[in-house]
Amino acid sequence: MDGGDSGRGGSRQAKGAGTDALQAQAPDLRRPWYGFAALPAGKAARALSRLTHHGGSALPGKVVEGLDPTFLARTLGRLPMGVVLVSGTNGKTTTTRMVASMLQSLGLKVFTNPTGSNFTRGVVSSLVTELGPGSRGRLDADIAVLELDEAYAVHFVRQVRPRYALLLNVMRDQLDRFGEIDNTARLLGSVAQATTGKLVLNREDTRIAGLAKLAPKGAQVRYFGLDDALLSYFPSDDEMHEGDAGVQAGGAAARVAARPEHGLAADVVLDEVGIHKAAFTLDGRRMDTAVKLEGVYNLYNAAAALALVRAVLADRQAAVGTPAPSDSELMAALSRVTPAFGRGEVISYRGAPVELVLVKNPMGFRLALASFDPAGTDTMIAIRDEYADGRDMSWLWDVDFASLRSGGVAMVSGTRAYDMALRLDYDQVPVGAVEPDLEAALHTFVDAHPGVAKRIYCTYTAMLRLRAELSKITDVADAGVGA
Amino acid sequence: MTDGGVSVKVDGRGQAASGGPAGGRAMDLVSLYPRDMNIYGDSGNVLTVSRRLSLYGYEPRIHRINQGDPWPERVDLILGGGGQDHGQGRIIEDLFERADTLRAAAEAGVPMLMVCGLYQLFGRYFETIDGDRLDGIGIIGAYSLGRPVRMIGNLLEHTADFGTAIGYENHSGQTFLDEGVEPLGTVDTDGCGNNGEDRTEGARVHNVIGTYLHGSLLPKNPAISDFLIRTAVENRYGQGSFDRGAAPGAAELARLDQVAAKARETTAARPR
Repeated sequence: MDGGDSGRGGSRQAKGAGTDALQAQAPDLRRPWYGFAALPAGKAARALSRLTHHGGSALPGKVVEGLDPTFLARTLGRLPMGVVLVSGTNGKTTTTRMVASMLQSLGLKVFTNPTGSNFTRGVVSSLVTELGPGSRGRLDADIAVLELDEAYAVHFVRQVRPRYALLLNVMRDQLDRFGEIDNTARLLGSVAQATTGKLVLNREDTRIAGLAKLAPKGAQVRYFGLDDALLSYFPSDDEMHEGDAGVQAGGAAARVAARPEHGLAADVVLDEVGIHKAAFTLDGRRMDTAVKLEGVYNLYNAAAALALVRAVLADRQAAVGTPAPSDSELMAALSRVTPAFGRGEVISYRGAPVELVLVKNPMGFRLALASFDPAGTDTMIAIRDEYADGRDMSWLWDVDFASLRSGGVAMVSGTRAYDMALRLDYDQVPVGAVEPDLEAALHTFVDAHPGVAKRIYCTYTAMLRLRAELSKITDVADAGVGA
Repeated sequence: MTDGGVSVKVDGRGQAASGGPAGGRAMDLVSLYPRDMNIYGDSGNVLTVSRRLSLYGYEPRIHRINQGDPWPERVDLILGGGGQDHGQGRIIEDLFERADTLRAAAEAGVPMLMVCGLYQLFGRYFETIDGDRLDGIGIIGAYSLGRPVRMIGNLLEHTADFGTAIGYENHSGQTFLDEGVEPLGTVDTDGCGNNGEDRTEGARVHNVIGTYLHGSLLPKNPAISDFLIRTAVENRYGQGSFDRGAAPGAAELARLDQVAAKARETTAARPR
């Protein structure tokens, strides 16, 4: 009723889709006569966008897509081990980075879209950058690991059918863009339907686990999951919105009972989480490992990545005989993965760590607050409402900020600073200062209390600007990447 | 605390729990279908009413009513939100069982705020895009039609009693008010509000407000919050029982409303 058009998507989604030059027809892989110019033109556009500090990582993609619409399917179609598509509301970037990093350390040449530009055009841009002058359009890689936004994943799979899909979760995220959570699940359903090899699903998310039935004939389904004791960190989207505290109060037993999919056999289970260490069960065998990642949600993403990596490497063994890695080799590969930028990334400024934590929806924000102890750390929150952040501020009211009450929030910033301040006021969290101007707020915040650790929860475009500003005053890896 | 010593237990969801110390004058709020009709931060409306009630010196008692739950003996104020298709499907039968109770409460002047999905279900009927007609409970003289285009974005409307109301709309159902039914407000352009055509938004019947605005609505629109609270308090404790100047949390209320004014200013300047 309110969502009576949920299968049709919101107008903004349509707007996004409309700019995607590639259409749904079966791709004609012949290049148009002017296709030869596409690659140099894309490179020129990239160089230009860097020169002019446009920072738009999708601009070269736009040029290439316009000149050579089969570029994507043709280039990715040649990869011997195919394409891995990673999608879901939360954790795409981190998980994609983990999968790519592990596959690389286990001997594969991997192409990935590391800039967080998770739109088809962003993928094309990354390909343009990667293809060298002597490449003749051939990518020097065994496999592509691509992060795609849910809506764009649908367009992508019409052009390129992934051999592997890793589907993480469906949460209320920027509902103004996708319409409704059930609609988002439908978007991922079309990814499941297009997957030719192995579909790796989160058994703890009812809507994701339910996509198993959409796997095409011949495709296999694998699950990753959580130990009973960790379920409380990941309330389902429906539980999160349940006013009745019944399931929450009932503890692990009630949660297990409330989720039939939790009983599915999982390839990888996250068992235990410690400070810079974690334990997983792989096919029933428990493995402990050190990790550079922090936060229970990052480690659950690691379980997802492990399940996918195992699936890929089992196929490599079957195809070319390279033995699949042992459990301890897998753990060693995982222990080397570092956080993606803005996903718990720590930047050092005057000897104190400044941590950027990306928050973009209620569940992500809740998990972040539950993952990071506010004690001994100055906290800042930066909320913007550009298209990539989501225009609708209602999501802030679905996050409980009570855990910040004792230490307070030193600085609130971004275009929607006052919405955030009002939210904190109603949760009786003390607010030190409100400064909508991000750059001014950042300097005030990081220069106060020298030597004290700083943590900034920020939306996507706020994170990009904060990173760029931090890069002017201290060392920031890959500053300016992504837009 | 700055609320004059009236303590409110706040549980993990930021909502006041029922009960509390003796002495405060109780106010009973119903949060209607928080499990299935609570999208777009509708719980923020519950939090806002409960926090403000305690700052006004009352003891808020929140009754979260899902399907099958017993109706409280006393109800002073009812808040309901929006849902997805499946959420609306799950609650409709229960809503019909409660229809007489809700209608009697509305006619008795109990203030209510129904946002989005429950606004539609408080109307006479909803006709889907395929032509199926689903009955509503008819407290608000209005009907809604499913349409292929969603109306989405920041929205500002002019109201007779509450000044400018500011929020965010996101709905595909288009609502048409019956002759003589008062809208909550009027909008300046086509393509938004109740139906995108007649420049009305929301509805007011008795002390019931129906609207498409979330945001959450109440934190950023204290005039509407205080209308609901004042009406509820005076219904229960008589004329003169609501006195903002004498509120134990008057200073904090003033501070909250200053921050809300800044947030409203920002919202009004943002793209739709």
